[in-house]
Amino acid sequence: MPPRLAARELAKHYGGVEALRGVSLHVDAGEVLGLVGDNGAGKSTVAKILSGATFPSAGQVLLDGQPVTFPTPGAARDAGIATVYQDLALAGQRDVVANFFLGREQLSGGWLGRRTGWLDRRAMAEHTRRELARLRTRIPDVHLPARDLSGGQRQALAIARAAAWTGKVLLLDEPTSALGVEQQQQVLDLIRRVRDEGIAVLLISHQMPDVLAVCDRALVLRLGVVAATLAGDELTSENLVGYITGARPARREDQREEQHEDQREARHGDQG
Amino acid sequence: MTGERLRAGTAGAAWQRAVWLRGRAAMRDLWIGGVLVALVAAFSIGSPYFLTRANWLNTSSTATEVLLLAVGETFVICAGGIDLSVGAVLGFAGTAGAWVMAHGFAGAAGAAPGAVTAGFAVAVTAGAAFGLLNGVLVAWAGVPPFVVTLGTLGIATGLGYLLNNGQEISAIPTSVTTFGNANLGGWIPVPVLITAVITIWCGVLLARTRFGAYALSIGDSREAVIRAGIPYRRYLLKIYLLSGTLAGVAAVLVMARLGAGSPASGATDNLNAIAAVVIGGASLFGGRGTVIGSVIGTGIIAVLLTGLILVNVPPFWQEVAVGAILIAAVYIDQLRTRKSRRN
Repeated sequence: MPPRLAARELAKHYGGVEALRGVSLHVDAGEVLGLVGDNGAGKSTVAKILSGATFPSAGQVLLDGQPVTFPTPGAARDAGIATVYQDLALAGQRDVVANFFLGREQLSGGWLGRRTGWLDRRAMAEHTRRELARLRTRIPDVHLPARDLSGGQRQALAIARAAAWTGKVLLLDEPTSALGVEQQQQVLDLIRRVRDEGIAVLLISHQMPDVLAVCDRALVLRLGVVAATLAGDELTSENLVGYITGARPARREDQREEQHEDQREARHGDQG
Repeated sequence: MTGERLRAGTAGAAWQRAVWLRGRAAMRDLWIGGVLVALVAAFSIGSPYFLTRANWLNTSSTATEVLLLAVGETFVICAGGIDLSVGAVLGFAGTAGAWVMAHGFAGAAGAAPGAVTAGFAVAVTAGAAFGLLNGVLVAWAGVPPFVVTLGTLGIATGLGYLLNNGQEISAIPTSVTTFGNANLGGWIPVPVLITAVITIWCGVLLARTRFGAYALSIGDSREAVIRAGIPYRRYLLKIYLLSGTLAGVAAVLVMARLGAGSPASGATDNLNAIAAVVIGGASLFGGRGTVIGSVIGTGIIAVLLTGLILVNVPPFWQEVAVGAILIAAVYIDQLRTRKSRRN
C-alpha cells in the first residue's frame, strides 16, 4: 500500500527566498504525523501546498500513490484533504448545525425540495448530533450559535466537520494554541479518535507536549529541509528541541528515507 | 470568568447554559413585538380613531411600500451589506413604468391591459436592473456596498427626474388605480395582500432555504463561506437583485395606489426601510435577522406615522422619531456585538 498522502521533494521560493528546499514526507491512514519547526522553517508552506492554497515551485504531491495537483483549496478538499486553520472558519452567529453543514446543506427530498433549496433541518440536526456524539465532542446543543461555544468546543466542531466531510487527510494548524489545559486534552482526544477512524492526520504545532502526546511520528523542519523524522524511542522532547533549534545536526538519511516511502508499493508490491 | 466556570461544569450545567442562551435569543426577538403592541395600545387610548377601518387601510397602505423595501433590505443587511438605493430605485421604477404607459401607448385610456402590463413589467424590470447593477459592483468589482448603493441612489434619483423634467406622470390608464385601490371585504387592500404573499414567501426563503442560510452565513463570516467552497459572489448578486426587484414591485403598488409615477415617491422610504430592518433585530454587521422582525419594525414605523397624526402631533415628528429609534437600535446592536466578542 502506498501512503495515504506523500510529498516528494517539495520546493518553494518566494522571489529569491527559498522557503522549502526539497521536503519529502508521508502520512499513512490512521497515523498522526507531527510537523514541527521554528518560525520560518517551512511548516506553513508545506501545509499551504498540501491544502491547495499555494503551488510548489517544484516537487510532487501524491494521494494514495497517485500524483495530484490542487489548483484551488476546493480541489484539495474535494480530493479528500481537509484543513482546519487557526481561525476555524466558523460563522459565529450561525448555529452548530449550520456550521457543520456549511456548503453541504441537506435538502428535502423530491423535486420541490431540490428546486426550492428547502433545508431538511431535522435530518441535518440529527446527522450533526450523531457525528458529534460519535467523536464524543462535548457540545450540549446543536442549535447554539457557534460563538456561544467554548474555545475547545469550537475547535472540536471545526475538526469534526472537517473529518466528517473529507475522510482521507486532515491538516490541523495549531489546534490547541489558544486553549486552556482541559480543553487541550479534549482536542487531543478528538485527534486520536479521528485517527482511529482511519484518517491520516497532519498536526502542525508549536506545543511539544501535544506532539509527544498524539503523534505517531514527527517530522522536524529546519531552514526549509527535513532535519529529522522521529518516532518511537527517538520521539522525545530533547530530540525535538535539538533538531528544531539546530543544536543537533540535520540527518540527511531521514530525508532520503521519506523520499522513497511513496515508492513503497513498487518495492514491496508482492507483499500487497 | 463565571462563563468559563459554567462551561467547565458538568453536562447538566452545560445543558442549563444552553437552555438559558436559547431563551435569551428568543426574548431578544420578542421584546420588539412588545413595543409594537404597546404603541398600538397607547395610540388606541390616545385617539378614538386609531382602531378604525379607515385608519387600518391608511396604515396598511403606508406599511406596504416600506415593507417591500424592508424585506429586500433584510436579505442585504443579513448578508453584511446595505442597500441605500431602494427608495430612489422605487421612485425611478415607478416613473419609468408610468412613462411607458403614457408615452409608449398613444392615447391609452380606460382599461388598456397592454399598456398596463408593459408599464408594470418595465417598473419591475427597472428595479431588477438596478439590483443587478448593485450586485455586480458589490460582488465582483468589490466596491463597498455603502458606496455602490449611495452611487446608484444618486443615479436612480437623477434618471427619475430626467424622465419627465422632475414632474410626476399621471396620464396613465384608470384601471391602474382601480387595481391599486381594490380591496377584499373592505378590509384587505389588494396591494396589502400582494405584499403579504411576497413577505411570507421571503420569510420562508430566509429562514428555511439554502439561499437564506447562505445570505446569513455570508454576512456572518465571508471567510468561512469562501473556505466552504460556496460561490458567494453569485449569492450576493442574487441578494441585491432581490432587493432591487422588490423595490420595482413596491413602485408598481405605489403607482397603482396614487395613480401616478413620481420620481420623489421613495425619498423617505430608504430611512424607513433600513430602520425597520434594524429595529426588527437584524444586525448591521451581518449574520443575524429575520423577515418577521422586519415586519414588526415596519409596523412600528407605520403606526408611529399614522398614530402621531391622529394624536395631533405634526407628522414630521415621525421622521425624527424613526431617526432616533434607528440610532438607538444600532447602538444596542453594537453593545450586544461587543459583549459577545468579549466572551
